[in-house]
Amino acid sequence: MALLSKKDTNLILDPLADNNPITIQVLGICSALAITAELKASLVMAISVMFVLGVGNVVISLMRNIIPSKIRIIVQLIVVATLVIMVDQVLAAFAYKLSKTLAVFVGLIITNCIIMGRFEAFALANGPWRSFLDGIGNSLGYGIILIMVGFFRELFGSGTLFGIPVLGDPITKTGLYATGYENNGFMIIPPAALIIVGIIIWVQRSKNPALIEEN
Amino acid sequence: MGLKEKLHEVKQSYKGKKMAPAFNALHTFLYAPDETTHSGSHIRGADDLKRTMNTVIMALVPVLLFSIFNAGYQHYSAINGFPENFSVMDHFLTWDNAWIGIIKVLPLLAVSYGVGLLVEFIFAIIKGHEVEEGYLVTGILVPLIVPVDTPLWMLAVAVVFGVVIGKEVFGGTGMNILNPALTIRAFLFFAYPTWMSGDKVWVHEARERSEAILAGATDVDAISGETILGFLAQNKEAAMQAKYSLSDMFFGFIPGSVGETSTFLILLGGLFLIFTKIASWRIMLSAVIGSLVMGLIFNGVVDQGWITETSKFYGLMSFDFWQHLIVGGLAFGIVYMATDPVTGAQTNKGKWIYGFFIGFLSVMIRVFNPAYPEGVFLAILLMNVFAPTIDHYVVRGNVKRRLKRLENAVILPKDSDEKAATFKAETV
Repeated sequence: MALLSKKDTNLILDPLADNNPITIQVLGICSALAITAELKASLVMAISVMFVLGVGNVVISLMRNIIPSKIRIIVQLIVVATLVIMVDQVLAAFAYKLSKTLAVFVGLIITNCIIMGRFEAFALANGPWRSFLDGIGNSLGYGIILIMVGFFRELFGSGTLFGIPVLGDPITKTGLYATGYENNGFMIIPPAALIIVGIIIWVQRSKNPALIEEN
Repeated sequence: MGLKEKLHEVKQSYKGKKMAPAFNALHTFLYAPDETTHSGSHIRGADDLKRTMNTVIMALVPVLLFSIFNAGYQHYSAINGFPENFSVMDHFLTWDNAWIGIIKVLPLLAVSYGVGLLVEFIFAIIKGHEVEEGYLVTGILVPLIVPVDTPLWMLAVAVVFGVVIGKEVFGGTGMNILNPALTIRAFLFFAYPTWMSGDKVWVHEARERSEAILAGATDVDAISGETILGFLAQNKEAAMQAKYSLSDMFFGFIPGSVGETSTFLILLGGLFLIFTKIASWRIMLSAVIGSLVMGLIFNGVVDQGWITETSKFYGLMSFDFWQHLIVGGLAFGIVYMATDPVTGAQTNKGKWIYGFFIGFLSVMIRVFNPAYPEGVFLAILLMNVFAPTIDHYVVRGNVKRRLKRLENAVILPKDSDEKAATFKAETV
C-alpha cells in the first residue's frame, strides 16, 4: 500500500479491535448507553464523533508547538466546542428530528473522554497526518461498537432497523409477530446497552486472552 | 448389570473427553460419587451442596402442588364466580382444577429446568469442569414466581439471560452476585411488562376473556383477575374485602404469581428450612420485622391524617401493616429468595441488616412503585448488591473492636506505641 505505511495502517486498524476505545479502554461509555436504542442515532453519533475527532486531532496537532502546556486543556476544549457546535447546527438544520433524538448528547461529545484522550495522548505529540489517521481510527472503533449495540437494541427492542420494520408489524400481527413473538422492552432501556457492551467485551477477550488484564 | 454399573461404565468411557462433565453430572445426580480423596484428613458430611439444594426443593413441593390446584381454582372461579360455602375438597382439590394446573404450571417447570440445565451443561463442557448443582433450586423457583399464562418462549429467553448474565459470567454457582431466579423475574418484568403486570395476567385465560368481552362474543360481564395489591393500588379496598377474606389470603386462594399465594404453606416450608438449618432464621425474622416497621410507618402516616383518601397511595398505605406479609410475594421472597446463601449476607450481624432492609424496602417499593404494586424482587436484588458491602463493614467493625481489646491487653502495652503501630499496620 503506497498511501499508508504499515505503521499508519495500524493507527486505523488497532482501535478497531485490540485497542478499541470502548471495549478495551472503556471510554465513551456514557453516549454508548444513551443513544444506541436506534441504529440511525448510533450511526449519526458515530459520524459526528468521527468529524469532531478527525478535524480536532489535526487542529490540535498543527497547534501542538504553540500551545502553552499550562493552558492546553482550555485550548483543547475550545477546539472541541467549536467543532461540536458546528455538528449540532448542521444536524438541527438538516436532520431536525434526529437532532431531537440525540438531544443533549451531541453537545456532550465535548465531554466524551475519547476525544480529550486522543488529543492528550496522540495529537499533542504527532504530526497532522498521523493525528488525522489516529482520530479516524479511534472514532471508527467507537462507531463500530455503537452500531453493533444499536443493531441488537433496535432489532430486538423495536423490531426495526433504521426505522424499517424487519420482523413484521407488531400491531396487525404480521411476520414474526404472528407466532406470538413480542418486542423486548428491556432492550429499549439503557441497562441493556451496558449488558450488550459487556457481552462484546466478554466475547472479544475470550477470543484473544492477551487482552485480559492481570489483577 | 444394574443402572449404576452401566452409568459408571459410560462415565469411564468418556473420561478425559469433552463431554465428560455431562456424563459425570448424570451419574452423580442419581448416585453418590464413588471417588474419595486420597490425602489429608477430612470430615465426612452428608450435607453436601446437592443435599442442601434438595432440601430446599422438598420445602417447595407443597407450594408447587398447591399452585397447580390454585391455577385451576382461580380460572374456574373467574368464569363461574367464587363458590359459596367454600370447601377445600369440593371446590379446590378437584380434577378440573388439577388439569388446568398440569397444562399451565408443569410446562413452565419443564421449560425452566430444560433450558436452564442445557445452559449449565453447555457452559460446563466449554469450561471443562463439572456441571454445578446451582440450577436445581433456581429451576423450581422460576415457574413459581411468574404469572400463570407467561408464554413459554419468553420464559426460555429469560432463563438463558438469567443463567448466563446473572450467574455464568461471574464464574458460575457460588460466585454470582444476584439471585438468578430473581434476575430472570426482573428480566421478564422489564422486557415484557404487559405479560407481567396488570389485572389480566394472574388468572389463566383472563386476557382471552377480556378480549372476548370487548368483542361482545361472550355473555360474561366482566373479568376478574386483579390481585389484592392491585385492588389496593386503585383504592378499591371495599371491593377487595368483599371478594377475599383474611383466611383466603393466608391460605392462598387468591390470584397472584403461580406459587406465591399460600402464605400458610410458605410458612411451613420456612419452618422446615429453619429446622433443617438450611436457611437462615436471622434473615427471615429480620425481614419480617423490616416489613412490619415500614408497614407501621405507613399506617402511622394515615392515622396522622397526613394523606387523604383521595391520594393514590391511600389504599396501600392504610392496609394493615401485618397483612402485607400474607399478600403478594413478600412471604415467598423472604423464605426462599432472601435466604439464598450465595447472594445474601454471610455474617450474622450482616444478616440482620440485610434482612431488615429487604422487608423494609419491599413494602416501600410496593406502595410507591408507579408501574405495579409489588417490589419484593427489586428489594431483594438491591440488597443482593449491597450484601458484600454490609459484610465488609461488619468484618471491619469486628477487627477494630478486637484490636482495641488487644491494645488494652498485656500483649500490646500502651506505652510501646511503635510496637502497637506496626501490629496495627500488619493486621488492618
